[in-house]
Parts: sequence; C-alpha cells; structure tokens
Amino acid sequence: MGCLVVHTISLAGQVSASASTVLVTPQTLDEVMGRLAAGGDTTYVVNFWATWCKPCVAELPHFDKLYREQRDSGVVVLLVSVDDPKELTKKVAPFVRRKAYLPQVVLLNESKPHEWIDRVDPTWSGAIPATLFFRNGRRLFRETEFTFEELRHELKEFMKGSP
Amino acid sequence: MRMMLAFLAASVISMVPVTAADLPDGVKPGDIAPNFILNNVDGKRVGLASYLDAKGVILVFTCNHCPYSVKYEDRIIALHKAFGPKGFPVLAINPNDTVVSPEDSFAKMQERAQEKSFPFPYLFDADQNVAKAYGARRTPHVFLLKRTPKHFIVEYIGAIDDNPNDANAVDEKFVEKAIAELVDGKPVTTQTTKAIGCTIKWKK
Repeated sequence: MGCLVVHTISLAGQVSASASTVLVTPQTLDEVMGRLAAGGDTTYVVNFWATWCKPCVAELPHFDKLYREQRDSGVVVLLVSVDDPKELTKKVAPFVRRKAYLPQVVLLNESKPHEWIDRVDPTWSGAIPATLFFRNGRRLFRETEFTFEELRHELKEFMKGSP
Repeated sequence: MRMMLAFLAASVISMVPVTAADLPDGVKPGDIAPNFILNNVDGKRVGLASYLDAKGVILVFTCNHCPYSVKYEDRIIALHKAFGPKGFPVLAINPNDTVVSPEDSFAKMQERAQEKSFPFPYLFDADQNVAKAYGARRTPHVFLLKRTPKHFIVEYIGAIDDNPNDANAVDEKFVEKAIAELVDGKPVTTQTTKAIGCTIKWKK
C-alpha cells in the first residue's frame, strides 16, 4: 500500500521545490495536528471530506481555487479524507488523480472516529464537510459546507485576527 | 444611509453559512425525550406514544442516500432483531429535506424500507422539527431512550459502534452496551460518542 508519486511542474516549467508531490499520504490525526502545531506563521485551511460525501466533493474545487489564489500569502490547504483507509488505492487515489487538485491530500489513517473527532475540535459532531482554520495555535472550526465566497470570507476574517 | 447599512448587514449575513453552531443544541443524556408523531412508510402515524409497552426505544436518525447510513443499515436491522424482543425496538427517522436530497423522498423511503424489509418503522420528519428538538446533526445518529412511568429519558447519544467501515472489526458496541447496562438497572457508563456521518440536509 505504497504512496503514489507524481511530479508537479510549476507554471515556470521548473520542477517544484519538493521535486515531487505525494498524491495521497496516509497520516494519523496526530501527524496532521503535529504538522499544524509546527507550522509557525503558516495559515492552514484543513478540510475534512470523503469521496462518498456529495456536498464535500462539490466543495473541493473551492479549496483548490482558494489555494491557487492564496498560496503566495502563506496559506496551506490540506484536504484530509476520512474515507476508509482500506480504500486508498481503489477509491481515494484514483479520485484524487482524476481531479488533479493542487492542495495536498491526506487520507486519515484512523479507524475509531469517536477517539479522534474531539481532538480536531470538541464542537464537531462528526458530520462532514467540516473545516479547521489554524495558525500559530489559533483555530477556527466550521462544521458546514462553503461556497467559494464564504470560504474566502472566513479565511480573510481568520487572518485578520493574526498579529 | 439606513438603506445602505441594511444592505451592508444583509450582505454580511449572506456571507455566513448556516453552521452546526447555529442549530439548537437539542437534548443531553438525562433529559426528557421530546415527544413527536410522524408519518411512517406504511401510512400510519407513529411516535413515542406508540411504545408505551416498551422498556425503551433505539431512535436512529438515518436516511437513504448517506453512504454511512448504508454502511450501518444491516447493523441497525440486527439491533432491532436482537433488542426489539428485549423491549428496545428500533425507530428510524429520516430528517433530510427532500429538495436538497431527492433520494430521501417519502416515496424513496418506502422503496428502501421494502427492499431491505425494515422490521421497524421508518418515519419522515418532513418539517425537521424532531431532528432539531433532539439536536441530531448527522446520519446515522442514535438517541437511546429509556421509558419511565411518565416520560422517555435520553440515556445515550452517538454512534452505534466504534468501527463504521468494518462491522467485523468492531471493538466497542456502544448501543448494545448501554442497553445491557439499562437492563441491569445500572447507569449508562458511556453516555455520548461521536462518529463521522453525513450532515443532515437542512431546508435552504
């Protein structure tokens, strides 16, 4: 169950900084949250979604667009799939390859939702889509489906609160 | 100026989507279960008052379209077959708006109930007031109720078990354990759990 690797080429035609980007990375929630905590001044927009969730799939292009628009201002978008980890190669990776979104996709490598949902946010019921904004320990959690305008608005408001 | 302020206010409001935080909190364990009466797929009216001879009710907000509800369908049927005879039958409610989610229409509910031979009622919460009164957020979402002489009391809120993806790899069966404790006259030790699920499709 290895990772699938593709090469991303920047608009300038050069191979991007990391030389290659992993298409879908299985990670535990600790790994995801640890990355946010270590991110310093980076603003993270973390969207929880699944291939089986229609409103999530409808919303993903907004996160892609947001990332394309905001990546130069220190914003990282992470698309965290809560699909069954067993469906990485059969379902999630093909979906991600087909869609070719720019933000990194993580497949949450957890099997007991009741153990990790509260660690994302205590107010989360577990319904998806849901989105966590995170910067330097500051967080904003939204259990909702966004239009692109709403998403950009939330990010702008969140970033206003940053020193 | 006033017009402009009103316009500004309206545009700000329209930017903010309805989030779970805007919905009523609903019930907590220990609360009296709100009463209701809704249409069942068989055309009859069913509510908590239909269960006055039961020890309790396994109330499940579920629906047709949600893949997580589908993953749990057979487990919900199994719960009813195992615990119905012990006084804890399943009562299923579809809370979804059928404009947002046409697959969850009453006609489609009737089809699904027939296909799967649901051995329990499958009610339609057309105005979504029951889901709001309970604070249901997703499908499937279980509210385990215990009957007392005067009321039904909420004893457990959450998931059916701890592994949605694999019924064979379940370690903890939350609903079964809570029922066993109630049957033994003990307090329920795990009163709430969380689970991934589909958002309830609220009317727009």
